[in-house]
Amino acid sequence: MVLENNRLVELDRAGVRRGTSWLVRGVDLSVSPGEIVTLIGPNGSGKSTTAKMTLGILKPTEGSSRRKTGLSVGYVPQKLAIDWTLPLSVRRFMRLTNALSDEECSIALEQTGASRLIGLEMRTLSGGELQRVMLARAIARRPDLLVLDEPVQGVDYAGEIAIYNLISEIRNTLGCGILMISHDLHVVMAAADQVICLNGHVCCRGTPSDVSKDDNYQALFGARAGVGLAVYEHHHDHVHLPDGTVKHADGSLCTDCPGEHQGHDHDNPGVSTGVGNA
Amino acid sequence: MLDDFFTRALVAGIGVAIVAGPLGCFVIWRRMAYFGDTLSHAALLGVALSLLFDVNTTLAVGGTSIILAVLLVSLRRSETLSSDALLGLLSHSALALGLVCLAFMTWVRVDLLGLLFGDILAVTRLDIAMIYAGGALVLTVLVLIWRRLFAATVNPDLAGGEGLQPERMELVFMILTAIVIAISLKIVGALLITALLIIPAAAARRVSSSPEQMAILAAFAGAASVVGGLYTSLNYDTPSGPSIVVAALVLFVISLVPWGRLVTRMRTGSQE
Repeated sequence: MVLENNRLVELDRAGVRRGTSWLVRGVDLSVSPGEIVTLIGPNGSGKSTTAKMTLGILKPTEGSSRRKTGLSVGYVPQKLAIDWTLPLSVRRFMRLTNALSDEECSIALEQTGASRLIGLEMRTLSGGELQRVMLARAIARRPDLLVLDEPVQGVDYAGEIAIYNLISEIRNTLGCGILMISHDLHVVMAAADQVICLNGHVCCRGTPSDVSKDDNYQALFGARAGVGLAVYEHHHDHVHLPDGTVKHADGSLCTDCPGEHQGHDHDNPGVSTGVGNA
Repeated sequence: MLDDFFTRALVAGIGVAIVAGPLGCFVIWRRMAYFGDTLSHAALLGVALSLLFDVNTTLAVGGTSIILAVLLVSLRRSETLSSDALLGLLSHSALALGLVCLAFMTWVRVDLLGLLFGDILAVTRLDIAMIYAGGALVLTVLVLIWRRLFAATVNPDLAGGEGLQPERMELVFMILTAIVIAISLKIVGALLITALLIIPAAAARRVSSSPEQMAILAAFAGAASVVGGLYTSLNYDTPSGPSIVVAALVLFVISLVPWGRLVTRMRTGSQE
Protein backbone atom coordinates (compact mmCIF):
# COMPACT_ATOMS: atom_id res chain seq x y z
CA MET A 1 0.00 0.00 0.00
CA VAL A 2 1.33 3.42 -0.90
CA LEU A 3 0.72 5.98 1.78
CA GLU A 4 0.93 9.68 1.21
CA ASN A 5 4.02 11.65 2.25
CA ASN A 6 6.13 8.51 2.50
CA ARG A 7 4.42 7.53 5.75
CA LEU A 8 5.19 4.13 7.26
CA VAL A 9 1.93 3.63 9.09
CA GLU A 10 -1.28 5.53 9.41
CA LEU A 11 -4.34 5.27 11.66
CA ASP A 12 -7.42 7.13 10.55
CA ARG A 13 -9.96 7.72 13.33
CA ALA A 14 -9.35 4.14 14.38
CA GLY A 15 -10.94 2.50 17.41
CA VAL A 16 -11.31 -0.94 18.98
CA ARG A 17 -14.41 -2.10 20.80
CA ARG A 18 -14.60 -5.07 23.16
CA GLY A 19 -18.19 -5.98 23.93
CA THR A 20 -19.96 -2.73 24.61
CA SER A 21 -17.01 -0.60 25.67
CA TRP A 22 -14.39 1.08 23.55
CA LEU A 23 -10.78 0.37 24.47
CA VAL A 24 -9.74 3.36 22.46
CA ARG A 25 -11.51 5.42 19.85
CA GLY A 26 -10.95 8.05 17.22
CA VAL A 27 -7.17 7.83 16.99
CA ASP A 28 -5.40 9.62 14.16
CA LEU A 29 -1.74 8.77 14.01
CA SER A 30 1.05 8.49 11.51
CA VAL A 31 4.74 7.70 11.67
CA SER A 32 7.20 8.78 8.98
CA PRO A 33 10.78 7.57 8.52
CA GLY A 34 13.08 9.21 11.05
CA GLU A 35 10.20 10.36 13.20
CA ILE A 36 9.69 9.49 16.87
CA VAL A 37 6.10 9.44 18.02
CA THR A 38 5.44 8.86 21.69
CA LEU A 39 2.15 7.68 23.16
CA ILE A 40 1.59 8.61 26.78
CA GLY A 41 -1.30 8.16 29.13
CA PRO A 42 -2.41 6.38 32.30
CA ASN A 43 -3.05 2.62 32.65
CA GLY A 44 -5.85 1.37 30.49
CA SER A 45 -5.82 4.45 28.32
CA GLY A 46 -5.42 2.41 25.13
CA LYS A 47 -1.73 2.90 24.41
CA SER A 48 -0.92 -0.76 23.75
CA THR A 49 -4.19 -1.21 21.86
CA THR A 50 -3.27 1.72 19.65
CA ALA A 51 0.18 0.27 18.99
CA LYS A 52 -1.38 -3.13 18.14
CA MET A 53 -3.81 -1.46 15.74
CA THR A 54 -0.90 0.30 14.10
CA LEU A 55 0.87 -3.04 13.63
CA GLY A 56 -2.23 -4.84 12.39
CA ILE A 57 -2.30 -7.25 15.36
CA LEU A 58 -5.73 -5.88 16.22
CA LYS A 59 -8.17 -4.91 13.50
CA PRO A 60 -9.85 -1.58 14.16
CA THR A 61 -13.60 -1.90 14.80
CA GLU A 62 -14.04 1.50 13.18
CA GLY A 63 -11.72 3.71 11.17
CA SER A 64 -8.75 2.31 9.30
CA SER A 65 -5.19 1.19 9.88
CA ARG A 66 -2.77 1.16 6.96
CA ARG A 67 0.85 0.14 6.60
CA LYS A 68 3.34 0.69 3.82
CA THR A 69 3.78 -2.35 1.56
CA GLY A 70 6.73 -4.49 2.59
CA LEU A 71 7.15 -2.60 5.85
CA SER A 72 9.63 -4.34 8.16
CA VAL A 73 8.85 -3.95 11.83
CA GLY A 74 10.81 -4.40 15.02
CA TYR A 75 8.37 -4.86 17.89
CA VAL A 76 9.06 -4.89 21.60
CA PRO A 77 5.82 -6.03 23.24
CA GLN A 78 4.84 -4.97 26.73
CA LYS A 79 5.01 -8.48 28.14
CA LEU A 80 6.96 -11.58 27.25
CA ALA A 81 6.57 -14.68 29.39
CA ILE A 82 8.80 -17.65 28.61
CA ASP A 83 7.59 -20.93 30.03
CA TRP A 84 9.96 -23.50 31.55
CA THR A 85 8.98 -25.98 28.83
CA LEU A 86 10.61 -23.74 26.21
CA PRO A 87 14.39 -24.12 26.05
CA LEU A 88 15.09 -20.66 24.68
CA SER A 89 18.46 -18.97 25.01
CA VAL A 90 19.08 -15.30 24.33
CA ARG A 91 21.14 -16.37 21.31
CA ARG A 92 18.17 -18.23 19.82
CA PHE A 93 15.66 -15.54 20.80
CA MET A 94 17.65 -12.95 18.82
CA ARG A 95 16.85 -15.00 15.69
CA LEU A 96 13.20 -15.47 16.55
CA THR A 97 11.63 -13.84 13.50
CA ASN A 98 14.50 -13.76 11.00
CA ALA A 99 17.94 -15.21 10.43
CA LEU A 100 20.83 -13.10 11.78
CA SER A 101 24.57 -13.59 11.77
CA ASP A 102 26.44 -13.93 15.07
CA GLU A 103 28.02 -10.56 14.42
CA GLU A 104 24.67 -8.79 13.92
CA CYS A 105 23.42 -10.30 17.17
CA SER A 106 26.42 -9.31 19.22
CA ILE A 107 26.50 -5.76 17.85
CA ALA A 108 22.85 -5.22 18.77
CA LEU A 109 23.31 -6.75 22.22
CA GLU A 110 26.37 -4.60 22.72
CA GLN A 111 24.33 -1.49 21.88
CA THR A 112 21.72 -2.25 24.52
CA GLY A 113 24.33 -3.25 27.08
CA ALA A 114 23.28 -6.90 27.11
CA SER A 115 26.18 -8.68 25.43
CA ARG A 116 27.08 -10.67 28.55
CA LEU A 117 23.58 -12.22 28.52
CA ILE A 118 23.93 -13.97 25.15
CA GLY A 119 24.42 -17.49 26.56
CA LEU A 120 21.69 -17.27 29.20
CA GLU A 121 18.23 -18.80 29.18
CA MET A 122 15.49 -16.26 28.48
CA ARG A 123 13.43 -17.28 31.51
CA THR A 124 16.29 -16.54 33.90
CA LEU A 125 16.59 -12.88 32.85
CA SER A 126 15.47 -10.10 35.16
CA GLY A 127 12.88 -7.59 33.96
CA GLY A 128 15.45 -5.00 32.96
CA GLU A 129 17.69 -7.55 31.25
CA LEU A 130 14.71 -8.89 29.30
CA GLN A 131 13.91 -5.38 28.07
CA ARG A 132 17.48 -4.89 26.86
CA VAL A 133 17.44 -8.22 25.03
CA MET A 134 14.05 -7.55 23.43
CA LEU A 135 15.22 -4.13 22.28
CA ALA A 136 18.42 -5.64 20.88
CA ARG A 137 16.41 -8.21 18.94
CA ALA A 138 14.14 -5.53 17.51
CA ILE A 139 16.98 -3.28 16.33
CA ALA A 140 19.10 -6.14 15.00
CA ARG A 141 16.42 -6.64 12.34
CA ARG A 142 17.20 -3.12 11.03
CA PRO A 143 13.49 -2.38 10.72
CA ASP A 144 11.74 0.50 8.92
CA LEU A 145 9.54 0.94 11.95
CA LEU A 146 10.37 0.28 15.56
CA VAL A 147 7.44 -0.13 17.95
CA LEU A 148 8.43 -0.04 21.59
CA ASP A 149 5.82 -0.76 24.25
CA GLU A 150 7.30 0.63 27.45
CA PRO A 151 10.89 -0.16 26.52
CA VAL A 152 12.42 0.83 29.85
CA GLN A 153 10.11 -0.94 32.30
CA GLY A 154 12.22 -2.54 35.00
CA VAL A 155 15.42 -0.98 33.65
CA ASP A 156 17.57 0.74 36.25
CA TYR A 157 17.88 4.51 36.32
CA ALA A 158 21.25 4.79 34.56
CA GLY A 159 20.17 2.22 31.99
CA GLU A 160 16.94 4.07 31.32
CA ILE A 161 18.74 7.18 30.14
CA ALA A 162 21.23 5.10 28.15
CA ILE A 163 18.36 3.33 26.40
CA TYR A 164 16.53 6.58 25.63
CA ASN A 165 19.76 7.93 24.18
CA LEU A 166 20.21 4.72 22.20
CA ILE A 167 16.69 4.96 20.75
CA SER A 168 17.46 8.47 19.66
CA GLU A 169 20.72 7.29 18.13
CA ILE A 170 19.04 4.39 16.32
CA ARG A 171 16.61 6.81 14.73
CA ASN A 172 19.57 8.78 13.41
CA THR A 173 21.64 5.84 12.21
CA LEU A 174 18.89 3.56 10.85
CA GLY A 175 16.58 6.37 9.82
CA CYS A 176 13.62 4.29 10.98
CA GLY A 177 10.37 5.62 12.33
CA ILE A 178 9.74 4.92 16.01
CA LEU A 179 6.44 4.54 17.82
CA MET A 180 7.06 4.46 21.54
CA ILE A 181 4.78 3.97 24.51
CA SER A 182 5.37 5.29 27.96
CA HIS A 183 3.02 4.95 30.88
CA ASP A 184 4.93 7.81 32.38
CA LEU A 185 3.03 11.00 31.72
CA HIS A 186 5.87 13.30 32.68
CA VAL A 187 9.03 11.94 31.25
CA VAL A 188 9.26 11.58 27.51
CA MET A 189 12.22 11.93 25.26
CA ALA A 190 13.55 15.26 24.23
CA ALA A 191 13.94 13.79 20.77
CA ALA A 192 10.25 12.90 20.36
CA ASP A 193 8.86 14.77 17.39
CA GLN A 194 5.30 14.20 18.36
CA VAL A 195 3.64 13.28 21.62
CA ILE A 196 0.13 11.90 21.71
CA CYS A 197 -1.67 11.75 25.01
CA LEU A 198 -4.28 9.04 25.16
CA ASN A 199 -7.05 8.39 27.61
CA GLY A 200 -9.49 6.25 25.70
CA HIS A 201 -9.22 8.85 22.97
CA VAL A 202 -6.63 11.37 21.89
CA CYS A 203 -6.64 13.97 24.65
CA CYS A 204 -4.06 16.16 23.04
CA ARG A 205 -0.97 16.03 20.91
CA GLY A 206 1.98 18.17 19.94
CA THR A 207 5.72 18.60 20.18
CA PRO A 208 7.14 18.16 23.67
CA SER A 209 7.62 21.59 25.13
CA ASP A 210 10.97 22.18 26.63
CA VAL A 211 10.17 23.04 30.18
CA SER A 212 13.41 21.85 31.73
CA LYS A 213 14.12 25.46 32.73
CA ASP A 214 10.73 25.81 34.34
CA ASP A 215 10.81 26.25 38.13
CA ASN A 216 7.97 23.76 38.67
CA TYR A 217 9.83 21.20 36.60
CA GLN A 218 13.05 21.71 38.54
CA ALA A 219 11.16 21.32 41.78
CA LEU A 220 9.47 18.12 40.60
CA PHE A 221 12.31 16.36 38.88
CA GLY A 222 15.49 18.02 40.16
CA ALA A 223 18.20 15.44 39.54
CA ARG A 224 16.61 13.99 36.44
CA ALA A 225 16.50 17.31 34.59
CA GLY A 226 18.33 17.82 31.38
CA VAL A 227 19.86 14.39 30.81
CA GLY A 228 18.33 13.60 27.48
CA LEU A 229 14.87 13.84 28.97
CA ALA A 230 12.18 16.40 28.76
CA VAL A 231 8.77 17.03 30.15
CA TYR A 232 5.75 17.28 28.03
CA GLU A 233 3.45 19.78 29.59
CA HIS A 234 -0.22 19.99 29.04
CA HIS A 235 -3.42 20.67 30.89
CA HIS A 236 -6.86 19.34 30.32
CA ASP A 237 -10.12 21.13 29.95
CA HIS A 238 -11.92 18.07 31.25
CA VAL A 239 -11.55 15.53 34.01
CA HIS A 240 -12.01 11.77 33.68
CA LEU A 241 -14.05 10.64 36.63
CA PRO A 242 -13.52 7.20 38.21
CA ASP A 243 -16.74 5.82 36.67
CA GLY A 244 -15.47 6.59 33.20
CA THR A 245 -17.60 9.65 32.57
CA VAL A 246 -16.07 12.93 31.60
CA LYS A 247 -16.60 16.23 33.34
CA HIS A 248 -15.91 19.23 31.17
CA ALA A 249 -14.65 22.59 32.32
CA ASP A 250 -18.14 24.05 32.08
CA GLY A 251 -19.38 21.37 34.48
CA SER A 252 -21.25 19.26 31.91
CA LEU A 253 -20.97 15.47 32.03
CA CYS A 254 -20.83 13.04 29.15
CA THR A 255 -20.03 9.32 28.81
CA ASP A 256 -17.09 9.71 26.51
CA CYS A 257 -15.28 12.45 24.69
CA PRO A 258 -14.46 11.20 21.21
CA GLY A 259 -11.98 13.11 19.15
CA GLU A 260 -9.34 15.53 20.14
CA HIS A 261 -9.54 18.54 22.34
CA GLN A 262 -7.12 20.90 20.80
CA GLY A 263 -7.53 24.61 21.20
CA HIS A 264 -9.64 24.37 24.32
CA ASP A 265 -9.13 26.58 27.25
CA HIS A 266 -7.21 24.27 29.57
CA ASP A 267 -8.08 24.23 33.18
CA ASN A 268 -7.89 21.22 35.42
CA PRO A 269 -10.15 21.63 38.44
CA GLY A 270 -8.92 20.31 41.75
CA VAL A 271 -5.29 20.30 40.71
CA SER A 272 -2.98 22.98 41.99
CA THR A 273 -0.13 22.64 39.53
CA GLY A 274 -0.46 21.83 35.89
CA VAL A 275 2.86 20.12 35.43
CA GLY A 276 2.77 16.52 36.44
CA ASN A 277 -0.97 16.15 36.48
CA ALA A 278 -3.17 15.05 33.69
CA MET B 1 11.09 -58.01 5.59
CA LEU B 2 7.62 -56.55 6.02
CA ASP B 3 6.06 -60.04 6.02
CA ASP B 4 6.42 -60.29 9.73
CA PHE B 5 3.65 -58.45 11.61
CA PHE B 6 6.04 -57.40 14.32
CA THR B 7 8.48 -55.81 11.88
CA ARG B 8 5.58 -53.97 10.28
CA ALA B 9 4.46 -52.67 13.66
CA LEU B 10 8.01 -51.61 14.49
CA VAL B 11 8.51 -49.77 11.20
CA ALA B 12 5.10 -48.11 11.49
CA GLY B 13 5.60 -47.16 15.13
CA ILE B 14 9.01 -45.62 14.57
CA GLY B 15 7.61 -43.62 11.64
CA VAL B 16 4.83 -42.27 13.83
CA ALA B 17 7.18 -41.44 16.71
CA ILE B 18 9.61 -39.48 14.52
CA VAL B 19 6.77 -37.16 13.45
CA ALA B 20 5.00 -37.07 16.81
CA GLY B 21 8.13 -35.93 18.68
CA PRO B 22 8.69 -32.53 17.07
CA LEU B 23 4.96 -31.85 16.82
CA GLY B 24 4.53 -32.86 20.46
CA CYS B 25 7.07 -30.20 21.45
CA PHE B 26 4.74 -27.57 20.02
CA VAL B 27 1.79 -29.19 21.80
CA ILE B 28 3.69 -28.74 25.07
CA TRP B 29 4.98 -25.25 24.31
CA ARG B 30 1.57 -24.01 23.26
CA ARG B 31 -0.20 -25.78 26.18
CA MET B 32 -2.44 -27.66 23.78
CA ALA B 33 -2.42 -31.13 25.37
CA TYR B 34 -6.16 -31.02 25.80
CA PHE B 35 -6.54 -30.03 22.18
CA GLY B 36 -4.63 -33.17 21.18
CA ASP B 37 -6.96 -35.22 23.36
CA THR B 38 -9.99 -33.71 21.68
CA LEU B 39 -8.73 -34.50 18.22
CA SER B 40 -7.81 -38.06 19.12
CA HIS B 41 -11.20 -38.72 20.71
CA ALA B 42 -12.76 -37.48 17.51
CA ALA B 43 -10.73 -40.16 15.74
CA LEU B 44 -13.26 -42.71 16.97
CA LEU B 45 -16.00 -40.79 15.20
CA GLY B 46 -13.78 -40.93 12.11
CA VAL B 47 -13.55 -44.72 12.43
CA ALA B 48 -17.35 -45.00 12.65
CA LEU B 49 -17.73 -42.80 9.56
CA SER B 50 -15.15 -44.83 7.65
CA LEU B 51 -17.13 -48.02 8.32
CA LEU B 52 -20.40 -46.33 7.45
CA PHE B 53 -19.19 -45.01 4.09
CA ASP B 54 -16.66 -47.77 3.48
CA VAL B 55 -13.59 -45.56 3.02
CA ASN B 56 -10.02 -45.95 4.24
CA THR B 57 -9.86 -45.54 8.03
CA THR B 58 -6.80 -43.32 8.10
CA LEU B 59 -8.28 -40.94 5.53
CA ALA B 60 -11.63 -40.79 7.33
CA VAL B 61 -9.98 -40.19 10.71
CA GLY B 62 -7.69 -37.54 9.21
CA GLY B 63 -10.65 -35.82 7.57
CA THR B 64 -12.73 -35.83 10.75
CA SER B 65 -9.83 -34.50 12.84
CA ILE B 66 -9.05 -31.73 10.35
CA ILE B 67 -12.69 -30.62 10.25
CA LEU B 68 -12.78 -30.61 14.04
CA ALA B 69 -9.53 -28.62 14.20
CA VAL B 70 -10.86 -25.96 11.84
CA LEU B 71 -14.15 -25.90 13.76
CA LEU B 72 -12.24 -25.35 17.00
CA VAL B 73 -10.22 -22.47 15.61
CA SER B 74 -13.29 -20.68 14.30
CA LEU B 75 -15.35 -21.30 17.44
CA ARG B 76 -12.52 -20.03 19.59
CA ARG B 77 -12.25 -16.82 17.61
CA SER B 78 -15.94 -16.15 18.04
CA GLU B 79 -15.31 -16.07 21.83
CA THR B 80 -18.47 -17.86 22.93
CA LEU B 81 -17.30 -20.48 25.42
CA SER B 82 -13.96 -20.60 27.15
CA SER B 83 -11.36 -22.57 25.29
CA ASP B 84 -11.15 -25.54 27.66
CA ALA B 85 -14.93 -25.83 28.04
CA LEU B 86 -15.19 -25.86 24.26
CA LEU B 87 -12.51 -28.55 24.00
CA GLY B 88 -14.21 -30.67 26.66
CA LEU B 89 -17.53 -30.35 24.91
CA LEU B 90 -16.19 -31.33 21.49
CA SER B 91 -13.86 -34.02 22.84
CA HIS B 92 -16.45 -36.04 24.70
CA SER B 93 -19.25 -35.38 22.23
CA ALA B 94 -17.09 -36.74 19.42
CA LEU B 95 -16.08 -39.78 21.48
CA ALA B 96 -19.68 -40.50 22.51
CA LEU B 97 -20.97 -39.91 19.00
CA GLY B 98 -18.37 -42.32 17.63
CA LEU B 99 -19.26 -45.03 20.16
CA VAL B 100 -23.01 -44.63 19.55
CA CYS B 101 -22.49 -44.81 15.78
CA LEU B 102 -20.41 -47.98 16.14
CA ALA B 103 -23.08 -49.58 18.35
CA PHE B 104 -25.76 -48.81 15.76
CA MET B 105 -23.83 -50.55 13.02
CA THR B 106 -24.75 -54.05 14.15
CA TRP B 107 -23.55 -55.53 10.86
CA VAL B 108 -19.89 -54.73 11.56
CA ARG B 109 -17.80 -56.23 14.29
CA VAL B 110 -15.33 -53.69 15.60
CA ASP B 111 -12.41 -54.41 17.84
CA LEU B 112 -13.12 -51.52 20.17
CA LEU B 113 -10.22 -52.30 22.46
CA GLY B 114 -7.88 -52.18 19.45
CA LEU B 115 -9.25 -48.79 18.44
CA LEU B 116 -8.91 -47.36 21.92
CA PHE B 117 -5.53 -48.82 22.84
CA GLY B 118 -3.82 -49.74 19.59
CA ASP B 119 -3.33 -53.07 17.87
CA ILE B 120 0.02 -54.04 16.39
CA LEU B 121 -1.45 -57.08 14.67
CA ALA B 122 -3.59 -54.81 12.52
CA VAL B 123 -0.75 -52.88 10.82
CA THR B 124 -0.77 -53.49 7.07
CA ARG B 125 1.64 -52.48 4.30
CA LEU B 126 -0.86 -49.82 3.24
CA ASP B 127 -0.79 -48.41 6.80
CA ILE B 128 3.00 -48.19 6.63
CA ALA B 129 2.81 -46.41 3.29
CA MET B 130 0.29 -43.93 4.67
CA ILE B 131 2.32 -43.35 7.83
CA TYR B 132 5.48 -42.57 5.87
CA ALA B 133 3.73 -40.47 3.21
CA GLY B 134 1.72 -38.55 5.80
CA GLY B 135 4.71 -38.27 8.09
CA ALA B 136 6.95 -36.94 5.33
CA LEU B 137 4.30 -34.36 4.43
CA VAL B 138 3.92 -33.25 8.07
CA LEU B 139 7.68 -32.99 8.65
CA THR B 140 8.23 -31.06 5.40
CA VAL B 141 5.53 -28.53 6.25
CA LEU B 142 6.81 -28.29 9.81
CA VAL B 143 10.33 -27.51 8.62
CA LEU B 144 8.99 -24.89 6.19
CA ILE B 145 6.92 -23.06 8.82
CA TRP B 146 9.28 -23.77 11.72
CA ARG B 147 10.52 -20.22 12.34
CA ARG B 148 7.10 -18.64 11.95
CA LEU B 149 5.32 -21.25 14.07
CA PHE B 150 7.97 -21.04 16.75
CA ALA B 151 7.83 -17.24 16.85
CA ALA B 152 4.03 -17.43 17.09
CA THR B 153 4.44 -19.89 19.96
CA VAL B 154 6.84 -17.67 21.90
CA ASN B 155 4.65 -14.58 21.51
CA PRO B 156 1.76 -14.28 19.03
CA ASP B 157 1.69 -10.49 19.26
CA LEU B 158 5.37 -10.20 18.49
CA ALA B 159 5.09 -12.59 15.55
CA GLY B 160 1.97 -10.80 14.30
CA GLY B 161 3.52 -7.35 14.65
CA GLU B 162 6.48 -8.46 12.57
CA GLY B 163 4.25 -9.92 9.88
CA LEU B 164 4.55 -13.67 10.53
CA GLN B 165 0.82 -14.43 10.49
CA PRO B 166 0.53 -16.32 13.80
CA GLU B 167 -3.15 -17.24 13.34
CA ARG B 168 -2.51 -18.90 10.02
CA MET B 169 0.46 -20.76 11.51
CA GLU B 170 -1.73 -21.99 14.36
CA LEU B 171 -4.28 -23.33 11.90
CA VAL B 172 -1.58 -25.13 9.88
CA PHE B 173 -0.19 -26.59 13.09
CA MET B 174 -3.61 -27.90 14.11
CA ILE B 175 -4.08 -29.57 10.74
CA LEU B 176 -0.63 -31.18 11.03
CA THR B 177 -1.61 -32.49 14.46
CA ALA B 178 -4.82 -33.92 13.00
CA ILE B 179 -2.81 -35.78 10.35
CA VAL B 180 -0.42 -37.22 12.94
CA ILE B 181 -3.36 -38.41 15.02
CA ALA B 182 -4.86 -40.13 12.00
CA ILE B 183 -1.67 -42.04 11.23
CA SER B 184 -0.99 -42.96 14.89
CA LEU B 185 -4.43 -44.40 15.61
CA LYS B 186 -3.56 -48.03 14.83
CA ILE B 187 -0.32 -48.00 16.76
CA VAL B 188 -1.26 -46.38 20.07
CA GLY B 189 -5.05 -46.12 19.94
CA ALA B 190 -7.42 -43.18 20.28
CA LEU B 191 -7.10 -42.77 24.03
CA LEU B 192 -3.31 -42.68 24.16
CA ILE B 193 -2.24 -40.68 21.10
CA THR B 194 -1.76 -37.51 23.14
CA ALA B 195 0.69 -39.40 25.33
CA LEU B 196 2.87 -40.21 22.32
CA LEU B 197 2.87 -36.50 21.46
CA ILE B 198 3.58 -35.20 24.94
CA ILE B 199 5.66 -37.67 26.93
CA PRO B 200 8.67 -37.99 24.55
CA ALA B 201 8.74 -34.18 24.22
CA ALA B 202 8.62 -33.79 28.00
CA ALA B 203 11.42 -36.35 28.39
CA ALA B 204 13.52 -34.37 25.87
CA ARG B 205 13.04 -31.05 27.67
CA ARG B 206 15.52 -31.52 30.49
CA VAL B 207 18.37 -32.55 28.25
CA SER B 208 17.79 -29.88 25.58
CA SER B 209 19.22 -26.40 25.33
CA SER B 210 17.43 -25.22 22.20
CA PRO B 211 13.98 -25.77 20.69
CA GLU B 212 15.43 -27.51 17.64
CA GLN B 213 17.44 -29.89 19.81
CA MET B 214 14.37 -30.66 21.89
CA ALA B 215 12.37 -31.52 18.75
CA ILE B 216 15.03 -33.93 17.49
CA LEU B 217 15.55 -35.56 20.89
CA ALA B 218 11.78 -35.95 21.26
CA ALA B 219 11.72 -37.86 17.97
CA PHE B 220 14.48 -40.17 19.26
CA ALA B 221 12.77 -40.61 22.64
CA GLY B 222 9.54 -41.48 20.83
CA ALA B 223 11.25 -44.03 18.59
CA ALA B 224 12.96 -45.61 21.60
CA SER B 225 9.62 -45.83 23.42
CA VAL B 226 8.04 -47.53 20.41
CA VAL B 227 10.82 -50.12 20.22
CA GLY B 228 10.76 -50.76 23.97
CA GLY B 229 6.98 -50.81 24.15
CA LEU B 230 6.48 -53.12 21.18
CA TYR B 231 9.01 -55.66 22.45
CA THR B 232 7.25 -55.66 25.82
CA SER B 233 3.94 -56.05 24.06
CA LEU B 234 5.25 -59.01 22.06
CA ASN B 235 6.92 -60.79 24.97
CA TYR B 236 4.33 -60.23 27.68
CA ASP B 237 1.24 -60.03 25.51
CA THR B 238 0.32 -56.54 26.71
CA PRO B 239 -1.64 -54.11 24.51
CA SER B 240 0.75 -52.18 22.25
CA GLY B 241 -0.43 -48.62 22.93
CA PRO B 242 -0.20 -48.74 26.73
CA SER B 243 3.16 -50.56 26.52
CA ILE B 244 4.61 -47.79 24.33
CA VAL B 245 3.27 -45.12 26.67
CA VAL B 246 4.74 -46.89 29.70
CA ALA B 247 8.11 -47.09 27.92
CA ALA B 248 7.90 -43.34 27.21
CA LEU B 249 7.05 -42.73 30.85
CA VAL B 250 10.13 -44.67 31.92
CA LEU B 251 12.27 -42.46 29.66
CA PHE B 252 10.65 -39.36 31.15
CA VAL B 253 11.38 -40.53 34.70
CA ILE B 254 14.98 -41.28 33.73
CA SER B 255 15.26 -37.73 32.33
CA LEU B 256 14.13 -36.36 35.71
CA VAL B 257 17.09 -37.88 37.54
CA PRO B 258 19.76 -35.21 38.03
CA TRP B 259 22.50 -37.31 36.40
CA GLY B 260 25.10 -34.55 36.34
CA ARG B 261 24.80 -33.97 40.08
CA LEU B 262 24.89 -37.72 40.80
CA VAL B 263 28.11 -38.16 38.83
CA THR B 264 29.83 -35.26 40.58
CA ARG B 265 28.68 -36.58 43.96
CA MET B 266 30.06 -40.04 43.17
CA ARG B 267 33.38 -38.54 42.07
CA THR B 268 33.76 -36.36 45.17
CA GLY B 269 32.60 -39.30 47.29
CA SER B 270 35.31 -41.57 45.90
CA GLN B 271 37.98 -38.94 46.50
CA GLU B 272 37.14 -38.63 50.17
